[in-house]
Amino acid sequence: MIFGATIDSGATAWVLTSAALVAFMTPGLAFFYAGMVRSKNVLGMLMQNFFAMGLISVLWAVAGFSLAFGGTGKYFGNFDFALMKDLATIESLPGYTGDFALAIPVLAFFAYQMMFAVITPALITGATADRLKFSAYAVLIGIWAIIVYPTVAHWVFSPNGWLFQRGALDFAGGAVVHINAGAAALAVILVLGNRKGWPREAMPPHNLPFVMLGTGILWFGWFGFNAGSALLANGLAAQALVNTHLAAASGMLAWLLVEKLRAGHATTLGAASGAVAGLVAITPCAGFVGGAAPIIIGLVAGAVCYLALTLKTRFNFDDSLDVIAVHLVGGIIGALLLGLFADTKVNSLGFDGVLFGGGSKLLVNQLIAIAATFVFSFVVTWVVAKILDATIGLRVNQEDELVGLDQSQHAESAYQ
Amino acid sequence: MKLITAIVKPFKLDDVKEALKAAGVQGITVTEVKGFGRQGGHTETYRGSEYQIDFVPKMRIELVVEDSSLEQTLDVIRESASTGKIGDGKIWVTNVEQIIRIRTGEHGADAI
Repeated sequence: MIFGATIDSGATAWVLTSAALVAFMTPGLAFFYAGMVRSKNVLGMLMQNFFAMGLISVLWAVAGFSLAFGGTGKYFGNFDFALMKDLATIESLPGYTGDFALAIPVLAFFAYQMMFAVITPALITGATADRLKFSAYAVLIGIWAIIVYPTVAHWVFSPNGWLFQRGALDFAGGAVVHINAGAAALAVILVLGNRKGWPREAMPPHNLPFVMLGTGILWFGWFGFNAGSALLANGLAAQALVNTHLAAASGMLAWLLVEKLRAGHATTLGAASGAVAGLVAITPCAGFVGGAAPIIIGLVAGAVCYLALTLKTRFNFDDSLDVIAVHLVGGIIGALLLGLFADTKVNSLGFDGVLFGGGSKLLVNQLIAIAATFVFSFVVTWVVAKILDATIGLRVNQEDELVGLDQSQHAESAYQ
Repeated sequence: MKLITAIVKPFKLDDVKEALKAAGVQGITVTEVKGFGRQGGHTETYRGSEYQIDFVPKMRIELVVEDSSLEQTLDVIRESASTGKIGDGKIWVTNVEQIIRIRTGEHGADAI
């Protein structure tokens, strides 16, 4: 292996800071979701998200990181770095040479990627809200964090991965995080079934201020998520940060406009949802597009994700907090629009999209990455969910669902 | 002695309280309640789905008065709680057999 890179202190400082920013997103997500459930399920939701920080972090150190970034295989990592073996002393990782050489310590890269691994399965909890048994959730995301997440991360992020080598682009995890989690969410709820009473019974959010607080934390943390993915402290990181903010802003505006026209009011939940939709869509694009592209990407995401809300009632799947409409659809929008707007003048390690003279090559690769991620995540997650449902049971019993997860799963109440 | 129960709009509570104090009333009990009447509920929209909210929040005010001041108190409540719009609420009156001040053991009108 060639270890050409030298450690850059600015890059290291920025990536370590970004790791902390991304770590803060999971509590943000917890409040974003917890505000949207009914008051009897708020602790259940907070717990599932915080628990991911515990379980997935440990699993990442045990094997997850190694399975994502170890070895030179095209499809799977290996166990070279299991239990963090050698991570503090090696100078680089397989595949990270030449143009992709790391300017940060491997341990900083490990920490940064760990936060992505944590939040990705946590995203699923929005779809399964109010009915997934805590023990089943723990086993499900534990298996997922070993089999599904590292595999897709290897395909897309590792320079050895087959999608990376094909030339599919994913700057910060549109496929690895959002399409991956969205497909898994769909698989789990198809096994889990709809909430009792859905969609006949009203299940409105119990605390919209929590949702707004969570959105603010997510938006803030997303600067680390996207701009940190430059893995350098340079103009590209600045471009990614600006793109991230503009897409969130325009996503909010588009969602509110469509909502106002179709439902009559511009709502706070709409402002939050539109911003998140814009953030999701810009994630794969953040370091590959420039100019006004992030505004267009945000506008498309805000409008299309709003329209995608009706999918769940049309096809009768209870995606409780709209993970599919926002993360799966938003992630696909971002991955596809990258095929149009990618510009090598922004990032010479990328490729030109359709609008910048690159023809349809990148767009085709993006479609392949979307399809591969969706199919792999959906199929494996569905099989795992089916097995768990047949053995320990995925769902709480009817009485526990009626009482709520707070009391039935955790013997606590949020509000006295 | 009479028990007056008034259901009023939440934002009129302060007006009613001040008017009753000005009229010499010594104390009231207030509860947050929900219900429906002719006003009906309202709709709320969350991510494009409309929900009908049937129960409207109201405040329930309870106080016991001597028979002699009943009519005046009812007028005070009605005037201070009124907005002239649907949903202003209701007042009803119930006979009270006995009332006791716990601290002193006083009975009847002395305990009001």
